[in-house]
Amino acid sequence: MATVSANPVIVAHATEHDHHEPQSFWRKYIFSEDHKTIAKQYLISGILWSIIGISLSVMFRLQLGFPNLKLGFLRPVLGSWINETDKLDPDFYLALVTMHGTIMVFFVLTAGLSGTFSNFLIPLQVGARDMASGFLNMLSYWFFFIASVVMFSSMFIETGPAAGGWVIYPPLSALPQAHKGSELGMTLWLISMALFIVSQLLGGINYITTVINLRTRGMSFSKLPLTIWAFLLTAILGLISFPVLLSAALLLIFDRSFGTSFYLSEIYIKGEALPNVGGSPILFQHLFWFLGHPEVYIVILPALGMTSEIIATNARKPIFGYRAMIASMMGIAFLAFIVWAHHMFVTGMNPFLGSIFMFLTLIIAVPSAVKAFNYITTLWRGNIRFTPAMLFSIGLVSFFISGGITGLILGNSALDIQLHDTYFVVAHFHLVMGAASAFGLLAGVYHWFPKMFGRMMDEKLGYIHFWLTFIGIYLVFFPMHYVGIAGFPRRYYAFTSYDFTKNIFADMNAFISLAAIFTFVAQWVFIYNFVNSLIRGKRATQNPWKSNTLEWTTPIVPGHGNWVGEIPAVYRWPYDYSKPGAKDDFIPQNVPYSQTPESNLPHENELISLESEIEAQNLNDQFKQPH
Amino acid sequence: MVYIVALLAVVFLGLAAMVVSKMAAVVKTAGGPKEEGEIGLSNKINGALFVVFFVVGLIAAVWSFMYARQFFLPEASSPHGRRTDNLFWISMAMITAAFVLTNALLFIFAWMYQHREGYKAAYYPENHKLELIWTIVPAVIMAVMVFTGWRAWRDIMSEAPANAQVFEIVGKQFNWIARYPGVDNNKLGNFNYKLIDNNNETGIDYTDESSFDDFVSTSELHIPANKPVLLKIRARDVLHSVFIPHLRVKMDAVPGMPTRFWFIADKTTDEMRNLTGNPDFTYEIACTEVCGQGHFSMRIRLIVEDEASWEAWCKQQKPLLTSTPELATRIPANLKAKAAKYLPADATAAPSDSSTALIPRQGGVSVATTTLR
Ligand code: HEM
Ligand SMILES: [Cu+2]
Ligand SMILES: [Cu+2]
Repeated sequence: MATVSANPVIVAHATEHDHHEPQSFWRKYIFSEDHKTIAKQYLISGILWSIIGISLSVMFRLQLGFPNLKLGFLRPVLGSWINETDKLDPDFYLALVTMHGTIMVFFVLTAGLSGTFSNFLIPLQVGARDMASGFLNMLSYWFFFIASVVMFSSMFIETGPAAGGWVIYPPLSALPQAHKGSELGMTLWLISMALFIVSQLLGGINYITTVINLRTRGMSFSKLPLTIWAFLLTAILGLISFPVLLSAALLLIFDRSFGTSFYLSEIYIKGEALPNVGGSPILFQHLFWFLGHPEVYIVILPALGMTSEIIATNARKPIFGYRAMIASMMGIAFLAFIVWAHHMFVTGMNPFLGSIFMFLTLIIAVPSAVKAFNYITTLWRGNIRFTPAMLFSIGLVSFFISGGITGLILGNSALDIQLHDTYFVVAHFHLVMGAASAFGLLAGVYHWFPKMFGRMMDEKLGYIHFWLTFIGIYLVFFPMHYVGIAGFPRRYYAFTSYDFTKNIFADMNAFISLAAIFTFVAQWVFIYNFVNSLIRGKRATQNPWKSNTLEWTTPIVPGHGNWVGEIPAVYRWPYDYSKPGAKDDFIPQNVPYSQTPESNLPHENELISLESEIEAQNLNDQFKQPH
Repeated sequence: MVYIVALLAVVFLGLAAMVVSKMAAVVKTAGGPKEEGEIGLSNKINGALFVVFFVVGLIAAVWSFMYARQFFLPEASSPHGRRTDNLFWISMAMITAAFVLTNALLFIFAWMYQHREGYKAAYYPENHKLELIWTIVPAVIMAVMVFTGWRAWRDIMSEAPANAQVFEIVGKQFNWIARYPGVDNNKLGNFNYKLIDNNNETGIDYTDESSFDDFVSTSELHIPANKPVLLKIRARDVLHSVFIPHLRVKMDAVPGMPTRFWFIADKTTDEMRNLTGNPDFTYEIACTEVCGQGHFSMRIRLIVEDEASWEAWCKQQKPLLTSTPELATRIPANLKAKAAKYLPADATAAPSDSSTALIPRQGGVSVATTTLR
């Protein structure tokens, strides 16, 4: 393998800067400004949150699958939320659903996924010493941490946490007298989300600046790994849409506490006619989904980006259609802002608006389809190595397809009339967003674990984890389509009140619940593997997956500043796998064309003359500035 | 039951696999470490498992669909419902084809192109023609799907025909209240949320003479078959959503913003009893927007009967004014005479003996009235 001969003068210069004083424990591990440590903090928090979030879903699946089961054994955990007859309290059922949704969407798949991998990979893959602002980055994590503490504590108050669904539609969420979950729990939810949004914005600004300003020499946008493209577009989406959620939440806080009427009008509740007139609950829905729809892409795009990287590396093939992938991500990012009202077809919104949003929604399906085709073609005539990360990436593509196609049905407003707010929707978005992104997260952990912790995860356990989870998730969500087609509404505590749901699908619901428990249990294989590999895992090698991207040119466990000596320059795109003529089946990005005459394509030979220019650039290395 | 057995089988398979691998790990460490970067048997197994997964999964999908089908809703009892059902199943057929095809390619490629020693992957970074084709083909197919869907949507959401029979349904925590336009004039009176109280749950405004004969019910909504029905929908407290699964009707109920949905029910409840072979069959209205503790049980029955018997039934109902004569105090003096025929003789004569709490509202607070159009 070709190595880059580093300029000795610059190496000497850089090592001079290696004499940073040893940091205290607190600065190094807790209030760290190092992007790698912050990434790990996000990862650990995300894993903890996912255990909580999934446990909540197991609890409510017990209720749905086994309506007659005595849940007395949960009393030590849930206390009086289990009533005298050993049944789950219906109010608490809704609280569980709400907390599950909030935690999984925001805390696990937004913070846990983007927070971990944007932080970890952006500097390493663009060739930067750290994030643009380590301090803001640290603040970002700690805002998230406080948001987490507030959300977590809301689960232990007497009236319970927020319980109006993760979309917290007013007036239900605005009126404490309407619902237990709209009392203190809702206030805490709003505070927590406000802090969370601040955290997202601080993080997002940092990601964007770092990608734009701190790319190493030669790392033009057309040589950026797709991961970075995905993180960049995700951060832009977040930066534009999260403030809208913040304002929606603020107006809701005003309505709740200061007597305004943004979302309230003509309400009679608990024997009292409220004075509020002129507000509109629909306004909240518009504001919410203006974030809400981009949010689903905030969750899925990073996963897709990492998958591109992992599939190309392990298929030993360039990603098919690099430019088309970027174009479709840009298309998705743009269109994501103009489809939000497809969540509102039957809210009484003007049907003409519904038509417009139906057309726009189906346009966004096209770039999504292109991405799926490109992944499949990347596998074609590859030389595939099934690492656990690769398995999870293939699983992601399968979920993305299986869940995405039902979007075509839901996006059709005429068909959405019947399916809206049924289990069909639940099946759709869990596959396309929940499962797919979760698989992206897991794939990322398996793939970058060696870089994060300097050790390898156990592959066999990874395989077992993958197959159990892959099968489990399909067993949970595939049957939900049937339940939805039969008209079962979502967010129902029990299906016993209606003839059309009574005595039907009881066994199907029990099956889904068992499959959910099974999938949950399977995750302990991962937890075990994660912890065990941290301590006892095999030591990682320099470039265990034989990958092209820059992070594998750092020391096995990169320290502060990531590279010892100079940051490598970049000469080629990240997907030179199995290039005809090359000795190895991969050529890292930092290998100049002048060293690989045997494999250069004609136009690449012309680029050789530019190499000295690239090398001469002296960009953005904070270590070269006096400090 | 079948499921439970199947699932247990899977669980045990998983556990077995785990034990085997643990043992394998033990054996392996005994036999010396595996060489760096070596790609061994696991790769073959994983590749093969994808194909096995695909085949078994496909069989399971088909089988489970056949099994689940018996529980799907019966054929829609409304023309628009049959239209959307048709579109739904056509779309389902199309996406199922796409689902099978793409997943097949994904899994089969994974298996076919698994690592082989000495083989080098193709360097195949792009193919514009291919990319163009698979952008345009789905785009065209989707365009067709949207276009047919849009036409259905446009028709369903169009203005109700002039002869539509109007009803009002009001959602509250946690039941529905149906209001009928009355035994005589077939017009819904105005309402105002400030007039709501225990006697007048939907806030009927008795300064509007069309209100006098209106009547309400919390247990049933009776509608005529084969006649356009316009449901005017509103909510008293929080969001609710009217869902009539058998008619494929759904529309949110929004406080402060009345909504509507019109449809034709063309199978009476009796006909459905015959069709489904279930003598207890009844249409139901559910709530599909989370509204609090009782969200899962906001049931109200919907009775569809032929127009003649529906009319006869209506005639037998008592206007709210008749069953709750206290409300007469809200009628302005100039309309009292018109309301008289709905009131028991003594109620008009002695308004003072009705609940006094209601009187100040009428004179003192002047409230803006919302008119239902
Ligand atoms: C690519 C990733 C996608 C993600 C992450 C995603 C996520 C979601 C989520 C979270 C919901 C649930 C909203 C709720 O709580 O009611 C949802 C519903 C919906 N999705 Fe997707 N979706 C994706 C793709 C698509 C596609 C490709 C389409 C259409 C072509 C689509 C159309 C819809 C529609 C119309 C709804 C609303 C259904 C209803 O409310 O009844 N989605 N999606
Ligand atoms: Cu959306
Ligand atoms: Cu409800």
